[in-house]
Parts: sequence; C-alpha cells; structure tokens
Amino acid sequence: MKAVYINSVGSVSAQKTFNNEDFLEEIVTYNDTTIRVIEPDYKAYITPAAARRMAKGIKMSTVSAKTAMEEAGVENIDAIIVGTGLGCIGDSEKFVSAIIDNKEQFLTPTRFIQSSHNTVSGQIALGVGCKGYNFTYVHSAISFESSLLDALMQIRNKEATNILVGGVDELVDHHVDTHRLIDHIKHKPVDSSQLLQSNSKGCVMAEGAHFFVLSGQKQSSTYGELVAITTYNTLSKSVLSEKVSQFLGQNGLTPEELDLAIFGNNGDIDFDSYYELLGKGIFKNTPQAYYKHLSGEFDTASGFGFWLAAKILKSQTVPTAVKLNQLEVSRPKTILLYNQYRGENHSLVLLRRC
Amino acid sequence: MTDLKLELKEKIIEQLNLEDVSVDDIGDSDPLFGEGLGLDSIDALELIVMLDKDYGIKLADPKEGRQIFESVETMATYITQQKGA
Repeated sequence: MKAVYINSVGSVSAQKTFNNEDFLEEIVTYNDTTIRVIEPDYKAYITPAAARRMAKGIKMSTVSAKTAMEEAGVENIDAIIVGTGLGCIGDSEKFVSAIIDNKEQFLTPTRFIQSSHNTVSGQIALGVGCKGYNFTYVHSAISFESSLLDALMQIRNKEATNILVGGVDELVDHHVDTHRLIDHIKHKPVDSSQLLQSNSKGCVMAEGAHFFVLSGQKQSSTYGELVAITTYNTLSKSVLSEKVSQFLGQNGLTPEELDLAIFGNNGDIDFDSYYELLGKGIFKNTPQAYYKHLSGEFDTASGFGFWLAAKILKSQTVPTAVKLNQLEVSRPKTILLYNQYRGENHSLVLLRRC
Repeated sequence: MTDLKLELKEKIIEQLNLEDVSVDDIGDSDPLFGEGLGLDSIDALELIVMLDKDYGIKLADPKEGRQIFESVETMATYITQQKGA
C-alpha cells in the first residue's frame, strides 16, 4: 500500500506554534473558560487588501496553510481539504444579526459571502491558484479526521500527490454564550495547567487552525507517516478498548507495542472517563500524552493533537508539558491519537516515524 | 458639504474595513475604484446599501453608480442633490 507522508505542518493556536522552528519551548498558561489564539502578524502573510474581508478563521487558516506549503516547498497543490465544525461562524452571526437589526433590509454581501463553511478552502485555493479538488467536511469533532481520511485515500489511490489538509474553528461570542447556557463550557475559570484536576463539567472552549501537506513522496522535511484513520459517530465505553485494539491490530500493532498514546482529555468530568478507561486499561503500560490544556477544546482541536504527534515524531522528543503519565519513551516510532467530544465522534489516528 | 465628506470617509473606512486607511489618506477627489482606494465590485454593492440605509437614497439605475461613486466629492454632491430634491 502506498505510504502517505506528513511533509509539513502549520499551526495557529493558543500556544506560540506558528513558527515551525519552535516546539513548545515556552508554554502559555491561561486561567479562563475560553481561550483565543495567539495571533501572528497577519500582515506578514496577507496583503491588507485581501485581509480586510477575511474572517478570523480565514486569516488563521491562511497563515497556517502558507506555513505548511512553504515548509513542504510546494507552490501549488493537487487538492485542498478542510475540516471545520462551524466554519466562519463569526460572519454568520454578523450576517444573521444584520438581518434582525435591519428588519431584513439593507443586507450587504461581504458577511454573506464569508458565512458559508467552505469559505476557508475557497479562499486558500484563490490565494494559491489551486483549481484542483476542493472540499470541506463539517462533521463536528471528526471534521479534521474526515479531511485526513479523504486525503489518505486519494494519495493511496494515486489520485493526488500533494494535498493540503487542515482543520479550523474560530471562537465567537454568541457561540460561547449558547454553549455556556447548556453547560458545555466551564462556569468558572480553570488554570490550564490544572485542567484535568478541575473536577467540573464542560470544557475550556478555544479556536485554532492547523494545516498539513500530505504527500505520496517522502522528502527532507517529512515529519512522519500517516498510517491509518478510523472514526465512529457513536461508541460505547463497553466496546472502546476492543475497537482500539482491533484498529491497532489491523495495523500490525498491539497496545503494548505502541510507543505513545495521545488523548484528547478536555477536563470534562462527564466525558474524560473514555480516556481514563484506555489509560488505566489497555494503555496502562504505555507512555501517554494530552494537549487540550494547551490548545483548549474546539471541533478541530484534534488538529493540534495531529500537529503535536507530527512534531514528536520529527523531533523524537515528548515535551514535559504534554506528558500524562510517568512512563518515558526515548525514541517514539508509533503514536496513536484518540479523541472524542462529549462521548460522540470518536477518532483514532495512527502515525509512524519514517 | 465638508462635514458630509468627512462623514462619508469615516463610513467608507468602517463599512469596507479599510484597516490601514485614515480619513486623511482619502482625498476628496481621489478615485475610489481602480488606482485610488482600489475598491471592487463587492465594495460597490456595500456603498449602494450604505446610501440606502444611511441616507435613504435608492439607486434606480445601477449604471449611475459609476459616476456617483467616482470619489467622495461626487458621492457628497449626489447625496446633497438628492436630499435637496
């Protein structure tokens, strides 16, 4: 089967990740219920004329995508695939608010144009002049993984060589207000370094954009190999360990042989039990890591997890800040990412050093 | 008229999100489209809506827009004429 390589990464997150030379040397901690990204100097990446109509999600994605394409050394790509839970919801909110405020009159085009979910992939394509396959997956917490899966299959089937894959979501006021009302966001600020000890319901909601160039060709910039992905909309705890073991088995691994498990714990006492089940069960002797205390939670937060896994494979180091247990791994070869949100939309992504 | 031109410049900057432009950067007779501010067809739609919403002026013939939106001067002149009519 044709190998699929992660040839580059790009990240705009709540940490200082937009410079690929760095790898979590400095951890930014928060004490809040929501976290916004550390914004790069957008003017260094986007002309003012282009930036003035861009929603924040598009700006973050443009920087992230440009970073990934530059690192991969490609000026154009065969396809652009983006995952997003909410698209440019900030402009959607503004457009709907304008409808209400102006009594359904005086609607201007800009907000409407940007309010669709596929605006990000479209804007990136316009920016680089990519006329190839352009697709956006809107599948809640498996939006990013759905994009990865599409790219994996296209490269394996030799339908494309270089594909830009990403995940993006932005944090906006109305969305935060509604999710706070339904207890999906924590009521009290949480010290991000103590996220898993918060003993409270809900998450610390955030935003971010993570892009990668996946390729059928290995090169000097390659981080690792994307081996396999599977997703489940619903998965009960009673079969979770079995499904994870099956997934590893299909890829020639046992839980004991895995070098590192990266979990998507977000500090929600109602749903972190999925991760604890694996951490204290089939992975009790496996080094474990987590990342949502650094990135916060959003539909495509697993993009940060994928970025983390890729950086670990390339650097062969696991930053202290992400370690979940005391077990050490000196030269990680295989990494499994497991994520779910509120007990739904589970994903398993396997990466390997190459 | 001077107040109206200043008001129009402020509205243009705000409505069209011209982050790096100040009212001092826009001359009264500077072209808004093309070589001047570099506005485009989407901006033209935004300006048409602005005329309607903020000044109660509906453009009956969109072709008129080419002359009306030539500069802040021409916009102010058109608005003043319409208000006086």
